[in-house]
Formats: sequence, C-alpha cells, structure tokens
Amino acid sequence: MPQASHVSVSETPSGATAPQAPVLALEHVSLAFDGKQVLRDVSFALLPGHTKVVLGASGSGKSTILKLVLGLLRPDAGRIFVNGERTDTMGEHDLMRVRGDLGMVFQEGALFDSLSVAENVGYRLDTEMRLPASEVRERVDEVLGFVGLRDFLDRMPSELSGGQRRRVAIARAMATKPGILLYDEATTGLDPITAITVDREMVKLRDLEQVSSVIVTHQLRDAFYVATHEAVRDGAEVRVVPADAAKADEAEFIMLREGVIAFEGNAAELRAATDPYIRTFLS
Amino acid sequence: MTPMVEWLKAAVLEVQEYVRLQGAVVRATFSRPFYYRDIVEQFDRIGLGTLTVVVLTGFFTGAVLALQSGITLDQFGARPFVGRLVSATMVKNLGPVLTGLMLAGRVGSGIAAELGSMAVTDQINALRALGTDPIRKLVVPRVLAGFFMAPVLTVIANAVGIFGGWIIAVLQLRVASSVYWTSVVDGLYLQDAWMGLIKPFLLGFVVTTIGCHEGLRTRGGTQGVGRATTSAVVTASVAVIAVDFFTTRLLITLLY
Repeated sequence: MPQASHVSVSETPSGATAPQAPVLALEHVSLAFDGKQVLRDVSFALLPGHTKVVLGASGSGKSTILKLVLGLLRPDAGRIFVNGERTDTMGEHDLMRVRGDLGMVFQEGALFDSLSVAENVGYRLDTEMRLPASEVRERVDEVLGFVGLRDFLDRMPSELSGGQRRRVAIARAMATKPGILLYDEATTGLDPITAITVDREMVKLRDLEQVSSVIVTHQLRDAFYVATHEAVRDGAEVRVVPADAAKADEAEFIMLREGVIAFEGNAAELRAATDPYIRTFLS
Repeated sequence: MTPMVEWLKAAVLEVQEYVRLQGAVVRATFSRPFYYRDIVEQFDRIGLGTLTVVVLTGFFTGAVLALQSGITLDQFGARPFVGRLVSATMVKNLGPVLTGLMLAGRVGSGIAAELGSMAVTDQINALRALGTDPIRKLVVPRVLAGFFMAPVLTVIANAVGIFGGWIIAVLQLRVASSVYWTSVVDGLYLQDAWMGLIKPFLLGFVVTTIGCHEGLRTRGGTQGVGRATTSAVVTASVAVIAVDFFTTRLLITLLY
C-alpha cells in the first residue's frame, strides 16, 4: 500500500475511527524529457471523495502529473498507486483495467471528430464494455442530462461551442462511473459564465456521485470556486452553495514551480501564503 | 556530438520505432480484442476509395506502354508482340509498383493526416484513457486493409492496363485483336503471376505501416500534421520502389 502523505479518519460501523486509504498516491515521482527535469520528487495523496487542485504556470508539469496517473507516461523515479495498485511498473494490458476506474477530461475535450456526441459519450460502454445498445443509450441520456446537453445527442463535435465540448468531455469521462476524475485545464479558454457552468459540473460530480477529483488548472477563480462550494439536493433540485469549513478542507491545493511542489494546503492556507512566487501567482 | 552523428542516431531510432510498430501490429492482429467495424470500414475506404485512381492509372499506363513500345518494336518488325510486352511489364512490375505509389499518395497521406490530427488533439491519448489500444483500433484495421486490398487493386490495375494496351494496339497500331490477346497470354508465365501477386501484399503493408507510424508520432499542431503527411508520402513512395527492387531480386531467385 502507498505511504500516503495525508490520511484522514472516518467513522467505522462500530463507531470507532479508521484511517481512509488514498485512492491515488504519487511518491517521490521524478520525470525528465530530453534532459529537462519536468517533475522532481513530487509526492501527494488523494483521499476518496476529496479534490486535489494542482496549480502552476504553463510548463510547470501540471498536465504531466495526469498523464503519469493514467499511465500514458512512466516516471523516471518514484512510485504511483491507483486504488492501492502500483501502476508505474504495470504493462499496458493491466493499465487498461486500472483505467476503468479513471476518467479524464482533456484540454479542449479531445472528443472523437468522427463520432456524434452520443457515440463519444457511449464510446467505452459500447466499444470496450460491449453493453447492449439500449443500456448504452440509457446511460448516455442520463449523463448528458447531468451536464445539461440531452438535446445534443446527434450533434457532431464540430457543431458544439467550446463550453459544450468540455461538458460532453465530462459526460464521456463519467459515463462508466469512475471513482476518480482527472481534469486537465477543463475551463481554460472559456468565458467566465461557461467556466462556472463547468465548475458546477465538477462540484456536482464530487458531491453527488462521490467522485474523487484531480483538477489541473491555472485558472484561480475556477480552482477556488470548486474548493469552496458544494452541491446539495433540495428535493428534486440540485443547488451549488458555499461549502462549510469542513467541506472546504477536503479540497487541497498543490502549487508546482518548475516541477517541484512549492505549496501544499487548503484554500485558506493558500490565500494566507507569504511566499513571493505564490503571492505573484495569486495577484 | 556532430550533426552527422545526431542524424544517424535519429535515423536508427526512427527505424527502431518503425520495427517496434510492425511487431505490435503483428501481435495485435492475432490476439483479441478485434474491432470488426473498423476493419470493414477501412477495407471500404482503402479498397473502394482507391479504385478510381488505380483504374485510371492502370488504363493510361497500359495505353502509353503500347504506344511507346509499338514504335520500338516496329524497328524489329515485332509489332504483333506488343501484347506480350504490355502484359509482362504490367503484371510483373508496373501494376504492383504503380498501385503501391497510388496507395502511398492517397492512402499513406490520408492515414498520416488522420492519425496525426488525432495525435495533436489528444484523441489518441483519449482512446488510451478510455481503455482502447490505438494499435488495435486504428493501426491494425488500416494495415489489414492495405495488406489485402493492394493485391486486389493490383489485379484490377493489370487488367485495365492490358485493356488500355488493347485499345491502342487495335486502333493506333492496327494489330489484330486476336493477335494482341494471344500475345498477352503467351507473354505470361505462372511465375510472373506469382511475382505480380506476392509483391502487392508487401507494398500494401509497407505503405500503411509507414502512414500509421508517421501519423502516431506527429507533434507540433497543424504544422506537424503537414510535415507528417509529406513525410509519409515521400517515405512510402521511396519504400515502394526499394521494396519492389529487393522483392523482385528475391523472387527471381526463388521462382525462376
């Protein structure tokens, strides 16, 4: 099991408290490309249902972390655990199984150009899991309804706006009900109103579907929005409201500076940080 | 390191990556999962999609072959043998090579552009993230289609080329139709047919694997896609000529 750098406690059925195992952990991970160090000795852990926000300037290695978690890249040193399984030494065949519990929202969405919205969202259910067409259609309807795009089933990706593409990408990532969702600059390049719509989807997924999330971004406004809000059911309606202190503590921030973790803590600690680089980043 | 050493190192790495891709394709061809829908789609796109250009190329090549060789054969009073020359040249060499070149231009470039676009927009990574092996889903169907459709297209190109030669022989060279067809049959041996059939399998494989290799390693946005497409056509075209030469040499030793 990974040596989590963060361990929280939860109530057991007997009333006693027990530590929660992280669903995702990086231990002393380093990676270099063509002699340039991209990540150096990066360690963190993600607890179930929590959010890890990875901040940093362009080229600081944020997106590389997500590719390492997915097994699209392999670290030069260190260990990576997903749901307790070490993945950095796994073969591609075993990684396919591990990826079953991981959903990824790529920059710009990375939707398949030749497939409609419904086919994109139902891709894994249909092509890889070979579920019956009716079951696929039902789940596609459900997740597209969740992101408010049920009427866009037959559209092609080229017919969607930037925000709609990101929301379809979120729907595709959540279609198989993964336990962990990875967001790579999901709101970059979007106007503030559309970005808030995408932020709300992330909050709803985390709080209503109990999905653990890693959010890579350099959009501070979106990072703080996700960290300081929570989704609550109000009858049939779902509302996104400011989170209480305990809930806000479940979102942790990491700031990368040239491949090294320069800060780790919650939203309040980040706001109170005195490091000149962090102050410049926040200003 | 000197630029020459750097260049050589890059070339060796490139060849190594290409050979690794070929190995992965062979392994994926004989193990599950298979993407039948994609395989059928690629047979249609590569086979039927290339048919028109192959028919036109074959026809005009056969016609010009008869036209040119008619003049030369006249010098020896051998005009009636024009059919023999057209059939032997088309079946043994020109049919496979021209089909290979047409595949390189149309299919190799298309594959490189399509996979290249997918690579620079993260769609290849998205496939892997969704649990799909891009080699099985994207490469194997294209390589299978190239491998099996190239011989079919070559046979069609040969037939149309010989037909084009017949039109010129009858209308321009005034060779009797029966003389032309008898000459066509006389000019062909079983070994020629084998040579004309074996070569396209290899050429189809080479063209599609080069297209896939160039496409999958594309970097650098739309400019990169352009570079990958150009590189795929140039590399595949040179490879077609080179593979044709070495295969011909080998088959002459084995068959004749």
